[in-house]
Amino acid sequence: MALYSEKVMDHFMHPRNVGVIENADGVGEVGNAKCGDIMKIYLKIENDIIVDVKFETFGCGSAIASSSMATEMIMGKSIHDAMELTNKAVAEALDGLPAHKLHCSVLAEEAIKNALKDYFDRNGIPYDAKQFPDCAHCAHCD
Amino acid sequence: MQVYADNAATTKMSKAAIEAMMPCFEKFYGNPSSLHSVGQQAKEVLEDARARMAALLGCEPREIYFTSGGSEADNQAIISAARLGARKGKKHIISTAFEHHAVLHTLNRLEKEGFEITLLDVKNNHNITARQVRDAIREDTCLVTTMYANNEIGSILPIAEIGAICKEAGVPFHTDAVQAVGHIAIDVKAQNIDMLSLSAHKFHGPKGVGALYCRRGLMLTNLIDGGAQERGKRAGTENLPGICGMVAALEEAVANLEENTVKVTAMRDKLIAGLSRIPHCALNGDPVNRLPGNISFCFEGIEGESLLLLLDMYGISASSGSACTSGDLDPSHVLLAIGRVHDVAHGSLRLSLSHRNTMEEIDHILSAVPAVVEQLRGMSPVWRDLQTGKRTYIL
Repeated sequence: MALYSEKVMDHFMHPRNVGVIENADGVGEVGNAKCGDIMKIYLKIENDIIVDVKFETFGCGSAIASSSMATEMIMGKSIHDAMELTNKAVAEALDGLPAHKLHCSVLAEEAIKNALKDYFDRNGIPYDAKQFPDCAHCAHCD
Repeated sequence: MQVYADNAATTKMSKAAIEAMMPCFEKFYGNPSSLHSVGQQAKEVLEDARARMAALLGCEPREIYFTSGGSEADNQAIISAARLGARKGKKHIISTAFEHHAVLHTLNRLEKEGFEITLLDVKNNHNITARQVRDAIREDTCLVTTMYANNEIGSILPIAEIGAICKEAGVPFHTDAVQAVGHIAIDVKAQNIDMLSLSAHKFHGPKGVGALYCRRGLMLTNLIDGGAQERGKRAGTENLPGICGMVAALEEAVANLEENTVKVTAMRDKLIAGLSRIPHCALNGDPVNRLPGNISFCFEGIEGESLLLLLDMYGISASSGSACTSGDLDPSHVLLAIGRVHDVAHGSLRLSLSHRNTMEEIDHILSAVPAVVEQLRGMSPVWRDLQTGKRTYIL
Protein backbone atom coordinates (compact mmCIF):
# COMPACT_ATOMS: atom_id res chain seq x y z
CA MET A 1 0.00 0.00 0.00
CA ALA A 2 1.45 3.34 -0.95
CA LEU A 3 -0.25 4.98 2.01
CA TYR A 4 2.89 4.48 4.10
CA SER A 5 6.64 4.46 3.51
CA GLU A 6 8.52 1.16 3.37
CA LYS A 7 9.99 1.95 6.78
CA VAL A 8 6.55 2.36 8.31
CA MET A 9 5.37 -0.88 6.75
CA ASP A 10 8.51 -2.69 7.93
CA HIS A 11 8.00 -1.53 11.52
CA PHE A 12 4.29 -2.25 11.31
CA MET A 13 4.76 -5.74 9.90
CA HIS A 14 7.75 -6.57 12.08
CA PRO A 15 7.36 -4.44 15.16
CA ARG A 16 10.45 -4.32 17.38
CA ASN A 17 10.25 -4.62 21.15
CA VAL A 18 6.60 -5.67 21.40
CA GLY A 19 5.58 -6.94 24.80
CA VAL A 20 5.59 -6.29 28.49
CA ILE A 21 8.38 -5.89 31.05
CA GLU A 22 7.35 -7.43 34.34
CA ASN A 23 8.57 -5.25 37.21
CA ALA A 24 9.39 -2.38 34.84
CA ASP A 25 11.04 0.68 36.35
CA GLY A 26 8.75 3.01 34.49
CA VAL A 27 5.43 2.52 32.66
CA GLY A 28 3.68 5.12 30.54
CA GLU A 29 0.30 4.95 28.83
CA VAL A 30 -1.21 7.61 26.59
CA GLY A 31 -4.27 7.94 24.35
CA ASN A 32 -7.65 6.35 24.85
CA ALA A 33 -9.72 3.67 23.21
CA LYS A 34 -12.47 6.12 22.34
CA CYS A 35 -9.99 8.00 20.20
CA GLY A 36 -8.68 4.84 18.61
CA ASP A 37 -5.07 4.91 19.83
CA ILE A 38 -3.49 3.68 23.05
CA MET A 39 0.24 3.29 23.55
CA LYS A 40 1.90 1.74 26.55
CA ILE A 41 5.67 1.83 27.12
CA TYR A 42 7.61 -0.23 29.66
CA LEU A 43 11.17 0.78 30.63
CA LYS A 44 13.93 -1.12 32.43
CA ILE A 45 16.51 1.39 33.65
CA GLU A 46 19.92 0.71 35.17
CA ASN A 47 22.34 3.52 36.09
CA ASP A 48 20.32 6.04 34.07
CA ILE A 49 20.55 3.81 30.99
CA ILE A 50 17.49 2.29 29.31
CA VAL A 51 18.58 -1.33 29.23
CA ASP A 52 15.23 -2.62 27.98
CA VAL A 53 12.08 -1.17 26.50
CA LYS A 54 8.85 -2.82 25.38
CA PHE A 55 5.59 -1.49 23.98
CA GLU A 56 1.98 -2.42 23.46
CA THR A 57 -0.19 -0.44 21.06
CA PHE A 58 -3.86 -0.41 20.16
CA GLY A 59 -4.08 1.63 17.01
CA CYS A 60 -3.51 2.01 13.32
CA GLY A 61 -0.49 0.96 11.31
CA SER A 62 1.36 4.21 11.85
CA ALA A 63 0.70 4.09 15.61
CA ILE A 64 2.24 0.63 15.81
CA ALA A 65 5.17 1.64 13.58
CA SER A 66 5.76 4.84 15.58
CA SER A 67 5.88 2.91 18.85
CA SER A 68 8.22 0.36 17.38
CA MET A 69 10.57 3.00 15.95
CA ALA A 70 10.51 5.08 19.14
CA THR A 71 11.50 2.08 21.27
CA GLU A 72 14.41 1.35 18.93
CA MET A 73 15.55 4.96 19.16
CA ILE A 74 15.79 4.95 22.96
CA MET A 75 17.05 1.43 23.55
CA GLY A 76 20.46 1.61 25.25
CA LYS A 77 20.27 5.40 25.52
CA SER A 78 20.53 7.43 28.71
CA ILE A 79 17.31 8.70 30.22
CA HIS A 80 18.49 12.22 29.39
CA ASP A 81 18.84 11.32 25.72
CA ALA A 82 15.44 9.63 25.80
CA MET A 83 13.90 12.81 27.19
CA GLU A 84 15.17 14.59 24.07
CA LEU A 85 13.32 12.28 21.67
CA THR A 86 10.85 14.30 19.61
CA ASN A 87 7.87 13.21 17.57
CA LYS A 88 9.54 14.86 14.61
CA ALA A 89 12.59 12.61 14.98
CA VAL A 90 10.33 9.54 15.13
CA ALA A 91 8.41 10.60 12.02
CA GLU A 92 11.65 11.37 10.17
CA ALA A 93 13.16 8.03 11.13
CA LEU A 94 10.10 6.42 9.56
CA ASP A 95 10.73 8.36 6.33
CA GLY A 96 7.70 10.48 7.08
CA LEU A 97 4.06 9.92 7.98
CA PRO A 98 0.93 11.17 6.18
CA ALA A 99 -0.13 14.53 7.65
CA HIS A 100 -3.19 13.14 9.43
CA LYS A 101 -1.00 10.44 11.01
CA LEU A 102 1.61 12.71 12.57
CA HIS A 103 -0.45 12.43 15.73
CA CYS A 104 0.81 8.85 16.07
CA SER A 105 4.42 10.01 16.39
CA VAL A 106 3.31 12.55 19.00
CA LEU A 107 1.74 9.71 20.97
CA ALA A 108 5.00 7.77 20.81
CA GLU A 109 6.97 10.70 22.20
CA GLU A 110 4.38 11.25 24.92
CA ALA A 111 4.25 7.57 25.88
CA ILE A 112 8.01 7.48 26.40
CA LYS A 113 8.01 10.72 28.39
CA ASN A 114 5.14 9.37 30.44
CA ALA A 115 7.12 6.24 31.27
CA LEU A 116 10.16 8.35 32.22
CA LYS A 117 7.99 10.55 34.42
CA ASP A 118 6.74 7.42 36.13
CA TYR A 119 10.37 6.40 36.72
CA PHE A 120 11.23 9.83 38.13
CA ASP A 121 8.16 9.76 40.37
CA ARG A 122 8.92 6.29 41.71
CA ASN A 123 12.50 7.23 42.49
CA GLY A 124 11.91 10.72 43.84
CA ILE A 125 13.94 12.26 41.05
CA PRO A 126 13.02 15.94 40.59
CA TYR A 127 11.94 17.15 37.15
CA ASP A 128 10.35 20.09 35.40
CA ALA A 129 6.65 19.26 35.00
CA LYS A 130 6.53 21.42 31.87
CA GLN A 131 8.59 18.80 30.08
CA PHE A 132 5.63 16.44 30.28
CA PRO A 133 2.65 17.74 28.38
CA ASP A 134 -0.25 15.45 29.21
CA CYS A 135 -2.95 14.20 26.89
CA ALA A 136 -5.27 17.06 27.81
CA HIS A 137 -2.97 19.48 25.97
CA CYS A 138 -3.74 17.81 22.70
CA ALA A 139 -6.94 18.57 20.84
CA HIS A 140 -6.81 15.37 18.83
CA CYS A 141 -9.73 13.67 20.56
CA ASP A 142 -11.92 16.76 20.97
CA MET B 1 -4.03 -15.55 -3.20
CA GLN B 2 -5.64 -12.23 -4.11
CA VAL B 3 -9.15 -11.86 -2.70
CA TYR B 4 -11.18 -8.79 -3.56
CA ALA B 5 -13.76 -8.46 -0.80
CA ASP B 6 -14.62 -4.78 -1.07
CA ASN B 7 -17.47 -4.91 -3.59
CA ALA B 8 -19.57 -2.45 -1.61
CA ALA B 9 -16.86 0.12 -2.33
CA THR B 10 -16.75 -0.71 -6.00
CA THR B 11 -16.81 -3.70 -8.31
CA LYS B 12 -14.75 -5.01 -11.17
CA MET B 13 -16.47 -4.25 -14.46
CA SER B 14 -18.21 -7.11 -16.22
CA LYS B 15 -17.15 -8.10 -19.72
CA ALA B 16 -20.66 -7.37 -20.92
CA ALA B 17 -20.38 -3.81 -19.62
CA ILE B 18 -16.99 -3.22 -21.24
CA GLU B 19 -18.20 -4.66 -24.54
CA ALA B 20 -21.31 -2.49 -24.46
CA MET B 21 -19.19 0.61 -24.01
CA MET B 22 -16.78 0.06 -26.88
CA PRO B 23 -19.17 0.88 -29.78
CA CYS B 24 -19.94 4.19 -28.07
CA PHE B 25 -16.32 5.20 -28.47
CA GLU B 26 -15.84 3.88 -31.98
CA LYS B 27 -19.20 4.08 -33.69
CA PHE B 28 -21.80 5.94 -31.68
CA TYR B 29 -19.57 8.87 -30.81
CA GLY B 30 -22.06 11.50 -31.93
CA ASN B 31 -23.73 13.94 -29.63
CA PRO B 32 -27.30 12.75 -29.05
CA SER B 33 -28.43 16.36 -29.25
CA SER B 34 -27.06 16.81 -32.79
CA LEU B 35 -29.48 16.82 -35.70
CA HIS B 36 -27.33 14.91 -38.16
CA SER B 37 -27.46 11.19 -38.56
CA VAL B 38 -24.29 10.54 -36.50
CA GLY B 39 -25.91 12.38 -33.60
CA GLN B 40 -29.28 10.75 -34.15
CA GLN B 41 -27.69 7.31 -34.13
CA ALA B 42 -26.23 8.11 -30.71
CA LYS B 43 -29.65 9.37 -29.63
CA GLU B 44 -31.18 6.04 -30.61
CA VAL B 45 -28.60 4.17 -28.58
CA LEU B 46 -29.28 6.47 -25.62
CA GLU B 47 -33.05 6.02 -25.77
CA ASP B 48 -32.69 2.28 -26.23
CA ALA B 49 -30.55 2.21 -23.06
CA ARG B 50 -33.15 4.28 -21.23
CA ALA B 51 -35.95 1.91 -22.23
CA ARG B 52 -33.94 -1.11 -21.11
CA MET B 53 -33.09 0.55 -17.79
CA ALA B 54 -36.77 1.36 -17.26
CA ALA B 55 -37.73 -2.25 -17.95
CA LEU B 56 -35.21 -3.41 -15.35
CA LEU B 57 -36.73 -1.19 -12.67
CA GLY B 58 -40.36 -1.56 -13.65
CA CYS B 59 -40.97 2.03 -14.72
CA GLU B 60 -41.42 4.07 -17.89
CA PRO B 61 -38.43 5.27 -19.91
CA ARG B 62 -39.40 8.91 -19.36
CA GLU B 63 -39.03 8.33 -15.62
CA ILE B 64 -35.30 7.57 -15.93
CA TYR B 65 -32.79 10.43 -15.59
CA PHE B 66 -29.16 9.54 -16.15
CA THR B 67 -26.74 11.13 -13.69
CA SER B 68 -23.06 11.07 -12.79
CA GLY B 69 -23.74 8.51 -10.09
CA GLY B 70 -25.54 7.75 -6.86
CA SER B 71 -24.52 10.88 -4.97
CA GLU B 72 -25.86 13.20 -7.63
CA ALA B 73 -29.11 11.24 -7.84
CA ASP B 74 -29.51 11.37 -4.04
CA ASN B 75 -28.85 15.10 -3.97
CA GLN B 76 -31.28 15.83 -6.79
CA ALA B 77 -34.06 13.65 -5.40
CA ILE B 78 -33.88 15.19 -1.94
CA ILE B 79 -33.47 18.78 -3.07
CA SER B 80 -36.36 18.37 -5.53
CA ALA B 81 -38.73 17.00 -2.89
CA ALA B 82 -37.66 19.74 -0.48
CA ARG B 83 -38.36 22.49 -3.02
CA LEU B 84 -41.77 21.01 -3.81
CA GLY B 85 -42.53 20.72 -0.11
CA ALA B 86 -41.42 24.25 0.69
CA ARG B 87 -43.87 25.60 -1.88
CA LYS B 88 -46.68 23.98 0.08
CA GLY B 89 -45.24 25.04 3.42
CA LYS B 90 -44.13 21.49 4.18
CA LYS B 91 -40.62 21.46 5.56
CA HIS B 92 -40.26 18.19 7.45
CA ILE B 93 -38.17 15.28 6.13
CA ILE B 94 -37.88 11.77 7.54
CA SER B 95 -34.76 9.70 7.04
CA THR B 96 -32.61 7.28 9.04
CA ALA B 97 -29.54 7.70 11.21
CA PHE B 98 -27.42 5.36 9.07
CA GLU B 99 -27.85 6.90 5.62
CA HIS B 100 -24.94 7.45 3.29
CA HIS B 101 -23.32 10.90 3.55
CA ALA B 102 -24.72 11.78 0.12
CA VAL B 103 -28.10 11.81 1.85
CA LEU B 104 -27.11 12.97 5.34
CA HIS B 105 -25.05 15.92 4.17
CA THR B 106 -27.81 17.02 1.79
CA LEU B 107 -30.24 16.86 4.70
CA ASN B 108 -27.82 18.88 6.85
CA ARG B 109 -27.83 21.55 4.19
CA LEU B 110 -31.63 21.64 4.18
CA GLU B 111 -31.70 21.77 7.96
CA LYS B 112 -29.62 24.94 7.80
CA GLU B 113 -32.20 26.32 5.36
CA GLY B 114 -34.93 25.76 7.92
CA PHE B 115 -36.12 22.22 7.23
CA GLU B 116 -36.77 19.93 10.15
CA ILE B 117 -35.13 16.53 9.81
CA THR B 118 -36.19 13.41 11.71
CA LEU B 119 -33.57 10.66 11.61
CA LEU B 120 -35.10 7.34 12.60
CA ASP B 121 -33.25 5.35 15.23
CA VAL B 122 -31.57 2.17 13.97
CA LYS B 123 -30.44 0.62 17.24
CA ASN B 124 -33.20 -1.97 17.29
CA ASN B 125 -32.10 -4.89 15.11
CA HIS B 126 -29.77 -2.48 13.24
CA ASN B 127 -32.68 -1.62 11.01
CA ILE B 128 -35.88 0.41 10.94
CA THR B 129 -39.48 -0.72 10.83
CA ALA B 130 -42.20 0.64 8.59
CA ARG B 131 -44.04 1.46 11.80
CA GLN B 132 -41.30 3.91 12.77
CA VAL B 133 -41.84 5.68 9.47
CA ARG B 134 -45.61 5.78 9.94
CA ASP B 135 -45.25 7.19 13.45
CA ALA B 136 -42.88 9.90 12.25
CA ILE B 137 -45.03 11.17 9.38
CA ARG B 138 -46.63 14.57 10.06
CA GLU B 139 -48.91 16.94 8.23
CA ASP B 140 -45.89 18.90 7.06
CA THR B 141 -43.73 15.95 5.97
CA CYS B 142 -42.59 16.53 2.40
CA LEU B 143 -40.28 13.54 1.97
CA VAL B 144 -39.38 10.16 3.36
CA THR B 145 -35.89 9.14 2.22
CA THR B 146 -34.44 5.85 3.43
CA MET B 147 -31.72 3.76 1.94
CA TYR B 148 -32.74 0.44 0.42
CA ALA B 149 -29.84 -1.40 2.02
CA ASN B 150 -27.04 -0.16 4.20
CA ASN B 151 -23.59 0.02 2.62
CA GLU B 152 -21.63 -0.74 5.79
CA ILE B 153 -23.67 -3.27 7.70
CA GLY B 154 -25.88 -4.74 4.98
CA SER B 155 -29.30 -4.30 6.60
CA ILE B 156 -32.11 -4.37 4.02
CA LEU B 157 -34.91 -1.98 4.91
CA PRO B 158 -38.63 -2.85 4.56
CA ILE B 159 -38.94 -0.78 1.39
CA ALA B 160 -42.28 -2.07 0.06
CA GLU B 161 -43.93 -1.51 3.46
CA ILE B 162 -42.47 1.98 3.74
CA GLY B 163 -43.60 2.65 0.17
CA ALA B 164 -47.16 1.59 1.00
CA ILE B 165 -47.24 3.82 4.09
CA CYS B 166 -45.92 6.82 2.19
CA LYS B 167 -48.42 6.28 -0.61
CA GLU B 168 -51.26 6.16 1.85
CA ALA B 169 -50.04 9.30 3.58
CA GLY B 170 -49.40 11.08 0.29
CA VAL B 171 -45.74 11.69 1.09
CA PRO B 172 -43.10 11.27 -1.64
CA PHE B 173 -40.76 8.37 -0.96
CA HIS B 174 -37.14 8.31 -2.15
CA THR B 175 -34.76 5.43 -1.65
CA ASP B 176 -31.00 5.45 -2.05
CA ALA B 177 -30.77 2.00 -3.62
CA VAL B 178 -27.09 2.19 -4.52
CA GLN B 179 -26.26 -1.00 -2.62
CA ALA B 180 -29.42 -2.83 -3.64
CA VAL B 181 -29.80 -2.41 -7.39
CA GLY B 182 -28.43 -5.44 -9.19
CA HIS B 183 -28.33 -7.40 -5.94
CA ILE B 184 -32.00 -7.47 -4.90
CA ALA B 185 -35.11 -7.71 -7.08
CA ILE B 186 -36.62 -4.23 -7.41
CA ASP B 187 -39.89 -3.10 -8.91
CA VAL B 188 -40.46 0.59 -8.24
CA LYS B 189 -44.17 0.51 -9.09
CA ALA B 190 -45.00 -2.58 -7.03
CA GLN B 191 -42.99 -1.18 -4.12
CA ASN B 192 -44.52 2.30 -4.36
CA ILE B 193 -41.15 3.98 -4.73
CA ASP B 194 -41.42 7.55 -6.03
CA MET B 195 -37.71 8.18 -6.49
CA LEU B 196 -34.74 5.82 -6.53
CA SER B 197 -31.01 6.45 -6.85
CA LEU B 198 -28.57 3.96 -8.31
CA SER B 199 -24.91 3.80 -9.23
CA ALA B 200 -23.43 1.66 -12.00
CA HIS B 201 -20.09 0.77 -10.43
CA LYS B 202 -21.77 -1.09 -7.57
CA PHE B 203 -23.05 -3.76 -9.95
CA HIS B 204 -20.04 -4.27 -12.22
CA GLY B 205 -20.74 -1.25 -14.39
CA PRO B 206 -18.48 1.75 -14.99
CA LYS B 207 -17.73 4.53 -12.50
CA GLY B 208 -19.07 8.04 -12.97
CA VAL B 209 -22.55 7.06 -14.08
CA GLY B 210 -25.82 6.38 -12.35
CA ALA B 211 -29.49 7.13 -12.61
CA LEU B 212 -32.40 8.67 -10.81
CA TYR B 213 -35.82 7.15 -11.29
CA CYS B 214 -38.45 9.80 -10.64
CA ARG B 215 -42.12 8.98 -10.84
CA ARG B 216 -44.05 10.91 -13.45
CA GLY B 217 -45.77 13.88 -11.84
CA LEU B 218 -42.99 14.64 -9.36
CA MET B 219 -41.16 17.76 -10.47
CA LEU B 220 -37.38 17.60 -10.38
CA THR B 221 -35.23 20.60 -9.54
CA ASN B 222 -32.06 20.96 -11.60
CA LEU B 223 -28.72 20.66 -9.87
CA ILE B 224 -26.93 21.36 -13.13
CA ASP B 225 -28.30 23.98 -15.48
CA GLY B 226 -27.52 24.19 -19.16
CA GLY B 227 -28.75 22.23 -22.14
CA ALA B 228 -32.05 20.42 -22.43
CA GLN B 229 -30.72 16.92 -21.89
CA GLU B 230 -32.65 14.49 -19.67
CA ARG B 231 -35.97 16.23 -20.28
CA GLY B 232 -34.36 19.49 -19.24
CA LYS B 233 -33.66 18.22 -15.73
CA ARG B 234 -29.98 17.39 -15.97
CA ALA B 235 -27.84 19.42 -18.34
CA GLY B 236 -24.64 18.16 -19.93
CA THR B 237 -23.91 15.92 -22.89
CA GLU B 238 -24.92 12.41 -21.97
CA ASN B 239 -22.21 9.94 -20.90
CA LEU B 240 -23.26 7.46 -23.55
CA PRO B 241 -20.44 4.93 -23.02
CA GLY B 242 -21.11 4.97 -19.30
CA ILE B 243 -24.86 4.66 -19.74
CA CYS B 244 -24.52 1.72 -22.15
CA GLY B 245 -22.04 0.00 -19.85
CA MET B 246 -24.37 0.54 -16.90
CA VAL B 247 -27.42 -0.88 -18.62
CA ALA B 248 -25.51 -3.92 -19.89
CA ALA B 249 -24.11 -4.55 -16.41
CA LEU B 250 -27.54 -4.28 -14.83
CA GLU B 251 -29.17 -6.52 -17.41
CA GLU B 252 -26.59 -9.16 -16.66
CA ALA B 253 -26.94 -8.71 -12.88
CA VAL B 254 -30.73 -8.95 -13.03
CA ALA B 255 -30.65 -11.97 -15.36
CA ASN B 256 -28.38 -13.81 -12.91
CA LEU B 257 -29.89 -12.39 -9.75
CA GLU B 258 -31.27 -15.59 -8.28
CA GLU B 259 -28.24 -17.68 -9.12
CA ASN B 260 -25.84 -15.04 -7.76
CA THR B 261 -27.90 -14.56 -4.62
CA VAL B 262 -27.73 -18.26 -3.80
CA LYS B 263 -24.00 -18.41 -4.44
CA VAL B 264 -23.07 -15.20 -2.61
CA THR B 265 -25.38 -15.87 0.33
CA ALA B 266 -23.76 -19.26 0.90
CA MET B 267 -20.31 -17.63 0.99
CA ARG B 268 -21.57 -14.87 3.27
CA ASP B 269 -23.14 -17.30 5.72
CA LYS B 270 -20.00 -19.40 5.87
CA LEU B 271 -17.93 -16.31 6.62
CA ILE B 272 -20.34 -15.05 9.28
CA ALA B 273 -20.44 -18.45 10.96
CA GLY B 274 -16.66 -18.80 10.85
CA LEU B 275 -15.80 -15.29 12.02
CA SER B 276 -18.40 -15.46 14.81
CA ARG B 277 -16.14 -18.03 16.48
CA ILE B 278 -13.53 -15.32 17.16
CA PRO B 279 -13.93 -14.44 20.85
CA HIS B 280 -15.42 -11.07 21.76
CA CYS B 281 -16.73 -10.05 18.38
CA ALA B 282 -20.17 -9.02 17.18
CA LEU B 283 -21.95 -9.08 13.86
CA ASN B 284 -23.12 -5.65 12.71
CA GLY B 285 -26.35 -5.31 10.79
CA ASP B 286 -29.64 -7.12 10.52
CA PRO B 287 -28.83 -10.84 10.68
CA VAL B 288 -31.89 -11.85 8.62
CA ASN B 289 -32.75 -9.05 6.22
CA ARG B 290 -29.24 -8.66 4.95
CA LEU B 291 -27.49 -8.00 1.64
CA PRO B 292 -26.25 -11.31 0.19
CA GLY B 293 -22.66 -10.08 0.05
CA ASN B 294 -22.27 -8.16 3.32
CA ILE B 295 -20.25 -9.31 6.32
CA SER B 296 -19.58 -6.72 9.03
CA PHE B 297 -18.02 -7.37 12.41
CA CYS B 298 -16.57 -5.48 15.34
CA PHE B 299 -13.64 -7.10 17.12
CA GLU B 300 -12.87 -5.91 20.60
CA GLY B 301 -9.36 -4.74 21.53
CA ILE B 302 -8.04 -3.95 18.06
CA GLU B 303 -8.17 -1.12 15.56
CA GLY B 304 -9.51 -1.46 12.04
CA GLU B 305 -6.81 0.17 9.96
CA SER B 306 -4.07 -2.11 11.21
CA LEU B 307 -6.45 -5.00 10.58
CA LEU B 308 -6.89 -3.91 6.95
CA LEU B 309 -3.15 -3.44 6.41
CA LEU B 310 -2.39 -6.92 7.68
CA LEU B 311 -5.21 -8.45 5.64
CA ASP B 312 -3.79 -6.69 2.59
CA MET B 313 -0.57 -8.59 3.25
CA TYR B 314 -2.64 -11.77 2.98
CA GLY B 315 -3.91 -10.49 -0.35
CA ILE B 316 -7.32 -9.62 1.06
CA SER B 317 -8.94 -6.28 0.15
CA ALA B 318 -11.46 -5.29 2.80
CA SER B 319 -12.82 -2.18 4.47
CA SER B 320 -13.37 -0.78 7.95
CA GLY B 321 -15.42 1.90 9.68
CA SER B 322 -12.45 2.81 11.86
CA ALA B 323 -11.63 6.49 12.21
CA CYS B 324 -8.06 5.87 11.10
CA THR B 325 -9.16 4.58 7.71
CA SER B 326 -10.98 7.78 6.85
CA GLY B 327 -8.67 10.44 8.20
CA ASP B 328 -11.62 11.43 10.33
CA LEU B 329 -11.41 11.14 14.12
CA ASP B 330 -14.74 9.53 14.74
CA PRO B 331 -15.46 6.01 13.67
CA SER B 332 -18.26 5.39 11.18
CA HIS B 333 -21.56 7.13 11.95
CA VAL B 334 -23.31 3.92 10.93
CA LEU B 335 -21.62 1.88 13.66
CA LEU B 336 -22.26 4.62 16.21
CA ALA B 337 -25.91 4.80 15.07
CA ILE B 338 -26.49 1.10 15.71
CA GLY B 339 -25.14 1.59 19.22
CA ARG B 340 -21.53 0.46 18.95
CA VAL B 341 -19.43 2.60 21.29
CA HIS B 342 -16.26 4.25 19.98
CA ASP B 343 -13.97 1.68 21.61
CA VAL B 344 -15.34 -1.19 19.55
CA ALA B 345 -16.45 0.77 16.50
CA HIS B 346 -12.76 1.41 15.79
CA GLY B 347 -12.27 -2.34 15.46
CA SER B 348 -14.64 -2.99 12.61
CA LEU B 349 -14.22 -5.05 9.48
CA ARG B 350 -16.44 -5.09 6.41
CA LEU B 351 -16.12 -7.77 3.79
CA SER B 352 -18.37 -7.37 0.75
CA LEU B 353 -18.59 -10.20 -1.73
CA SER B 354 -19.67 -10.59 -5.32
CA HIS B 355 -20.46 -13.63 -7.46
CA ARG B 356 -16.84 -13.51 -8.60
CA ASN B 357 -15.62 -14.68 -5.20
CA THR B 358 -15.10 -18.40 -4.58
CA MET B 359 -15.38 -20.76 -1.62
CA GLU B 360 -11.60 -21.15 -1.78
CA GLU B 361 -11.27 -17.43 -1.19
CA ILE B 362 -13.72 -17.65 1.70
CA ASP B 363 -11.52 -20.33 3.27
CA HIS B 364 -8.50 -18.08 2.83
CA ILE B 365 -10.32 -15.21 4.59
CA LEU B 366 -11.40 -17.60 7.34
CA SER B 367 -7.81 -18.58 7.99
CA ALA B 368 -6.40 -15.05 7.74
CA VAL B 369 -8.82 -12.99 9.83
CA PRO B 370 -8.55 -14.95 13.10
CA ALA B 371 -4.74 -14.99 12.76
CA VAL B 372 -4.58 -11.24 12.16
CA VAL B 373 -7.00 -10.46 14.99
CA GLU B 374 -4.91 -12.61 17.33
CA GLN B 375 -1.69 -10.95 16.18
CA LEU B 376 -3.07 -7.46 16.85
CA ARG B 377 -4.64 -8.43 20.14
CA GLY B 378 -1.24 -9.82 21.14
CA MET B 379 0.23 -6.33 21.05
CA SER B 380 -2.83 -4.42 22.27
CA PRO B 381 -2.78 -2.92 25.76
CA VAL B 382 -6.57 -2.76 25.58
CA TRP B 383 -6.78 -6.51 25.03
CA ARG B 384 -4.36 -7.14 27.90
CA ASP B 385 -6.50 -5.00 30.19
CA LEU B 386 -9.60 -6.87 29.10
CA GLN B 387 -7.98 -10.21 29.75
CA THR B 388 -6.59 -9.21 33.13
CA GLY B 389 -9.93 -7.76 34.21
CA LYS B 390 -8.74 -4.14 34.36
CA ARG B 391 -11.23 -3.30 31.66
CA THR B 392 -14.68 -4.77 31.06
CA TYR B 393 -15.57 -6.53 27.83
CA ILE B 394 -18.15 -4.70 25.77
CA LEU B 395 -18.68 -7.47 23.23
